[in-house]
Amino acid sequence: MIRHLLSGADLDAGTATLVLDTAAEMATVAGREVKKLPALRGRTVVNLFYEDSTRTRISFEAAAKRLSADVINFSAKGSSVAKGESLKDTALTLQAMGADAVVVRHPASGAPHRLAEWVDGSVVNAGDGTHEHPTQALLDAYTMRSRLGRLDGLHVAIVGDVLHSRVARSNVLLLSTLGAKVTLVGPPTLIPVDIAAALAPGTDVCYDLDAVLPDVDVVMMLRVQRERMGDSYFPSAREYARRYGLDGPRMRRLPGHALVMHPGPMNRGMEITPEVADSPRSTIVEQVANGVSVRMAVLYLLLGGNNR
Amino acid sequence: MAYPPAAHPSPPRQPSVKVILAAADVSRVVDRIAHQILEKTQGAAGTVLLGIPTRGVPLAHRLAARISTFEDVTVPVGVLDITLYRDDLRRHATRAVGPTDLPPGGIDGKRVVLVDDVLFSGRTVRAALDALSDVGRPASVQLAVLVDRGHRQLPIRADYVGKNIPTALAENVKVTLAETDGTDEVKLYGGTPA
Repeated sequence: MIRHLLSGADLDAGTATLVLDTAAEMATVAGREVKKLPALRGRTVVNLFYEDSTRTRISFEAAAKRLSADVINFSAKGSSVAKGESLKDTALTLQAMGADAVVVRHPASGAPHRLAEWVDGSVVNAGDGTHEHPTQALLDAYTMRSRLGRLDGLHVAIVGDVLHSRVARSNVLLLSTLGAKVTLVGPPTLIPVDIAAALAPGTDVCYDLDAVLPDVDVVMMLRVQRERMGDSYFPSAREYARRYGLDGPRMRRLPGHALVMHPGPMNRGMEITPEVADSPRSTIVEQVANGVSVRMAVLYLLLGGNNR
Repeated sequence: MAYPPAAHPSPPRQPSVKVILAAADVSRVVDRIAHQILEKTQGAAGTVLLGIPTRGVPLAHRLAARISTFEDVTVPVGVLDITLYRDDLRRHATRAVGPTDLPPGGIDGKRVVLVDDVLFSGRTVRAALDALSDVGRPASVQLAVLVDRGHRQLPIRADYVGKNIPTALAENVKVTLAETDGTDEVKLYGGTPA
C-alpha cells in the first residue's frame, strides 16, 4: 500500500479497486448496532483545514472516529496560522504532537505534496487549490460502481468549471485508471487547452452539453464557483444555466440508467435544477454517505498496518 | 561472555512433512463434529454456524450440510471476518478486509458456533469474540475446530475438536480443503524425522 494519498494518479487499478472493495466492507458498519471498529485504536489523525469545508472535514472526522482513531481538528481560523505561522512550522508542530496521519485541505495547489516531505506520518490530500481531491474521486467511483455495477467501459461526462475544479482533475485520473471514458464538457473559457492529453489520453472535450447527453452513463455536474464569477469566464449566470445547466428536459434525454452526480455544495438553479437534484437518478445524498465509507477505507489502508 | 562454539555442528535438518489427516479422515472428523453439535445443542435448534475466513467458512458449510443430512434441520451459516479486530494489525503490512456475512435471521439470542480450521494461540478466537459482540448479542458462543495443536496464549478452549495434534512450537500445521486448496488434508511440517 502507498504511504500518502496526494493524487488520483497515486493509485493504480489494483490499489484503487482494493480501496473500493474495502469501502464496501466499511459501509456495512453503518448498518450495525455498534458503528465502530477498533482497527485504528491509539492512532491520531489531524484534520488540517486551511479552507472552509463542511462535508469533507466532517466526513473525515466521522471516518476516523468510526475506526477508533483520535481526531484533532485544526482550522486556520483562530489558530496560530492567523498569527502568520508557516505551513512548515505548523507541520513540525503536528509532527511533535505525534500525528499518524494529516488530512490537509489548502488553497495552494501542491501544499499536501510539500507537507508530505516534512512529516513522518501519512498525508491525505483533502483538496488543494485547483489541483486535486482524490478522496472525492474515490467516493464518486464507489457510487458509480455500487449503482451501475461496474466502472470499466462507463462513459462519464464531467460538466462545468473544469479549469478550477480539483474534483474534475482527480476524477479524470482515477476513472481513466479504472477503465472508464471521460468527456469534459463546458464553455471553452473554463476548459484548459490540452487538459485531456495532459491528464489522461483518451479523454474527450466537448463544448456542447446536448450533444453528449444521449451517450453517457453518468453526468457529473461541477459547482459553479460564484467566488470566481467576477473574472468573466462566461457572460452571465443565466446564459451559463441555459447552455450548461442540467434541467428536467435535458435529464430526460439521458439513457434510462444514467446517473446524475454532484460533489456539492450545489447552486440550485445554476448548474442543476431542483427537479434534477431531487430526482431518483441523482446520487447526491448517497455520495455523502459513501464518502465516509471510502475515507474509512483510505485511512485504514494507510494506517492500519505497518507499511514503513 | 561468549558461548563456546558447538563441538559438532548439527547437520542441516531435513524438513519433514507428515500427513495427519487424509481426505477420508477429514470427512469422518467433520461428520463426528456435526453429530457432537447435534448432541450438545439438542438438535441444533436456534443455532448459527459462523465460519472464520479463510478455511473456517467451507468447514461451516460442510458442518451445516452434514447436520441437515443427519437430522433434517437447516442451520444458518454465516461468515465472520476478524481482520479489523486482530491484535497484530500493526505488525504486518495492511491486511485486506473480507466480507462479514450474517445469516438473514441475525445472531441475537442465538447459539453461535464459531468454526475455524486450526486452534493455536487463541488470538484469532479472541478477535472473533470481539467482532461478534460488535455485530450482535448471541445467547451463547461455542467453538468448533478441525485441529487443536496446543500452545494457547489466552484462556480459550474449543467445544468441538476434530483432532488434537501435540506439536512443538517450531512445527507448522497446515490444513487444506477442497474448496480453497483443491484437496482435503492436514499436514504437519518441520517435525523431527521419524
